Amino acid sequence: MTSANIRIDEATAPVRPILEIKDLAITFKTGSGEVKAVKNAHLTIMPGETVAIVGESGSGKSTTALAAIGLLPNNGRVSGGQILLDGEDIAHAPEKRMIELRGSHIGMVPQDPMSNLNPVWKIGYQVRETLKANGRPDGPEDVARVLAEAGLPDAARRAKQYPHEFSGGMRQRALIAIGLSCQPKLLIADEPTSALDVTVQRRILDHLDKMTTELGTSVLLITHDLGLAAERADKVIVMYQGNVVEAGPSLELLRNPQHPYTRRLVESAPSLASRRIQVAKEQGVEAEDLLAPVAVAKERSTDEILQIKNLRKIYKLRQGLGQTSDFAAVDDVSFTVKRGTTTAIVGESGSGKSTVAKMVLQLEKPTEGQIVFDGVDTAGLKGKDLFKFRRRVQPIFQDPYGSLDPMYNIFRTIEEPLRVHKIGNAASREKKVRELLDQVALPQSMMQRYPNELSGGQRQRIAIARALALDPEVIICDEAVSALDVLVQAQVLNLLADLQDNLGLTYLFITHDLAVVRQIADHVCVMEKGKLVETGSTDDVFDNPREAYTQALLDAIPGGSLLLPPAVA
Amino acid sequence: MTSNTEHFVAPVEETPLLATDAVKTDQAPLSLWADAWRKLRRRPLFIVSSLLILLLVTVALFPGLFTSVEPNNDCQLSNSEGAPTAGHPLGFTLQGCDVYSRVIHGTQASLSVGVLSVLAVVIIGVTLGALAGYYGGWLDAVLARLGDIFFALPIILGALVITQLPLFRENRSVWTVVMTISLLAWPQMARITRGAVIEVRNADFVTAARSLGVSKFGALVKHALPNALAPVIVLATLELGVFIVLEATLSFLGVGLPGSVMSWGNDISAANASIRTNPGILLYPAAALSITVLSFIMLGDAVRDALDPKSRQR
Repeated sequence: MTSANIRIDEATAPVRPILEIKDLAITFKTGSGEVKAVKNAHLTIMPGETVAIVGESGSGKSTTALAAIGLLPNNGRVSGGQILLDGEDIAHAPEKRMIELRGSHIGMVPQDPMSNLNPVWKIGYQVRETLKANGRPDGPEDVARVLAEAGLPDAARRAKQYPHEFSGGMRQRALIAIGLSCQPKLLIADEPTSALDVTVQRRILDHLDKMTTELGTSVLLITHDLGLAAERADKVIVMYQGNVVEAGPSLELLRNPQHPYTRRLVESAPSLASRRIQVAKEQGVEAEDLLAPVAVAKERSTDEILQIKNLRKIYKLRQGLGQTSDFAAVDDVSFTVKRGTTTAIVGESGSGKSTVAKMVLQLEKPTEGQIVFDGVDTAGLKGKDLFKFRRRVQPIFQDPYGSLDPMYNIFRTIEEPLRVHKIGNAASREKKVRELLDQVALPQSMMQRYPNELSGGQRQRIAIARALALDPEVIICDEAVSALDVLVQAQVLNLLADLQDNLGLTYLFITHDLAVVRQIADHVCVMEKGKLVETGSTDDVFDNPREAYTQALLDAIPGGSLLLPPAVA
Repeated sequence: MTSNTEHFVAPVEETPLLATDAVKTDQAPLSLWADAWRKLRRRPLFIVSSLLILLLVTVALFPGLFTSVEPNNDCQLSNSEGAPTAGHPLGFTLQGCDVYSRVIHGTQASLSVGVLSVLAVVIIGVTLGALAGYYGGWLDAVLARLGDIFFALPIILGALVITQLPLFRENRSVWTVVMTISLLAWPQMARITRGAVIEVRNADFVTAARSLGVSKFGALVKHALPNALAPVIVLATLELGVFIVLEATLSFLGVGLPGSVMSWGNDISAANASIRTNPGILLYPAAALSITVLSFIMLGDAVRDALDPKSRQR
């Protein structure tokens, strides 16, 4: 068949969709009865098309995809509707048929590259396993070819290595190689890059795009990131509480969201929004400026509350037999933080940004350099002075599930700093806790609850309330919103911005997500491999990045280049 | 249905928009212990074992409620190995003592050895294990080696040696047995605690407490240790059964409780002589021992399931 023939075919005969899901319902059996995880889901993927499912955690997006490949957990079942793969209903297909289909017809790229490769087998063996299971040629050269196609350099040698010798990006490439090794017609990619750094994410997605276009593979992309979905997919499906609430061509859906949930998502997607929180804030300040310029200038005093000078942290790495080598986690970093502003430290994993935060918090000792807080070098702080310092500088950590003691109820959690610093009596402390809960917009009735009953965003708000209990001046947020769903993330960021306005707080914001930086920060420090590569005001860095690395980071923000009407952006 | 280009919007009524991150207010607050209790009280394993244990504790505290026969003073050699009679439902021992009464009165010694040994082991093991796990360094190394030495020692052999030390041999009582057992059994408790503390010592909530100004030791006591207690409780429940058996074994070997203290181990040992003529005498204290140990081990299993962090709702 010539290529001309194919074109004619496409033009005349209606093309059958590669995957069609009709009125799909999925039910899970849990301890408290049956729960419907997915209701009336429907989607259509045409050959060669990329379709993205977007939704928050628990929206049923992964469950829908797992049903399509017949890998629902044991307590889940398809309780209604059809899953048509190339016209064949596989919703209740026997396991034998599903095994035939998996790999050769439907491939899968799982979410977490760290846990989805078996650590005891070589990469090459794991690729060969897939080829063998689907009756494809599985010699070493075939394995190397498959890996090379996924963009792994030096594939023949790499195939002989174990997963622990691979970086996160390389592992994800290996998983993509496995997923595409048998040239399936449909590839399900479940958050394929959310565990990776943005620049790596971009390279991987570019490569995935290229491969699937060459092979004509359809892709079902599952993501929580609307920007990424819009950039990579032809069609976007928005899921909310197990329902498909909106579906349509990506750009059309972004520019003209109809369902209130989609509208909310588009409004708060950090990768799409520009300077929203900050602009709003600046406008507020300007309005006050007009009324009372002097007072505002006083309030926004610009003394440098934190001065970091030539900070260095060397870790000794063991290299066996008593030999050590030096590893500079933080190398000659200097910057200053002005009172009442937000300074973001941005970098990819391993850039040393969290080490800086730990040193500022006095949880790690710098090898060299100074951290000057409000005119005092913190290196010499001991005993009482350190205790006082702790009162003025408070942290908020990344993992909302890990940073609250599961044995403490909410009241005790927020009260703890007050008790430790012996502030007030029982009655005044309770009053303060109630005020703090109000400040973070949580009901006071929550005091008797335990962290395990709260969602991630609520826990993070409790962590903020606890950090605020001692009326600190500086709050250090170490990836404080990275683990949250987009809408919840926007909510917490807004809360942080409001608190800064009301209380004049200074934030040091550690993050890997430049999109978040644009929403909250006044100043940015970009770190790469322990070194500070660029600093400047957020606008400067975003509009005129001087360093290639910063430019690469900016380019990698998914959906950053999409044009949106001003009403939305 | 969506076709390729259509822009589909679900009717808003079908999926009403909820407030972002709405607060759950329907259930009562649930602490770890409340949650564990809620799970436990529905488990038959827990109900049966705790009822049995309750019965055992009552027997140990108030043996008078269950028998009015004096276990030692009413012995008459004329009744030696006698068959059950009215008022003596389980018959008589070789010495002509009432078997039922002896089993009832033996409960106290067995249970008190078990409970006291577990208490001692928990106090020693948890303290040393928590310090070793939390601080690490040389303390950890020294304690780990010390623990290894005790681990290498077969527990019965070790107990035989210790109980033959003059100080122990001449003052045999419940206390010497407790000391022997706890001296040999603490390393396992220390090891479990150490592991659990290591797991939580780097948790964010410990770091958060430290940066609030809580001292290093304070963070151990207030945050790390309470979160490491679940495996300790499970092990303690299981060990209670094991220690009761250990006491019986030592008493059977003649190095445990002195003959003057009534215990199941001593009775089994004494019944050894009449195993061919009247095995019932041996059977009854042995059955009491088995039921006790079984109920503690069942309890331990149930508690382990209830405290399993994986089954906690998030």
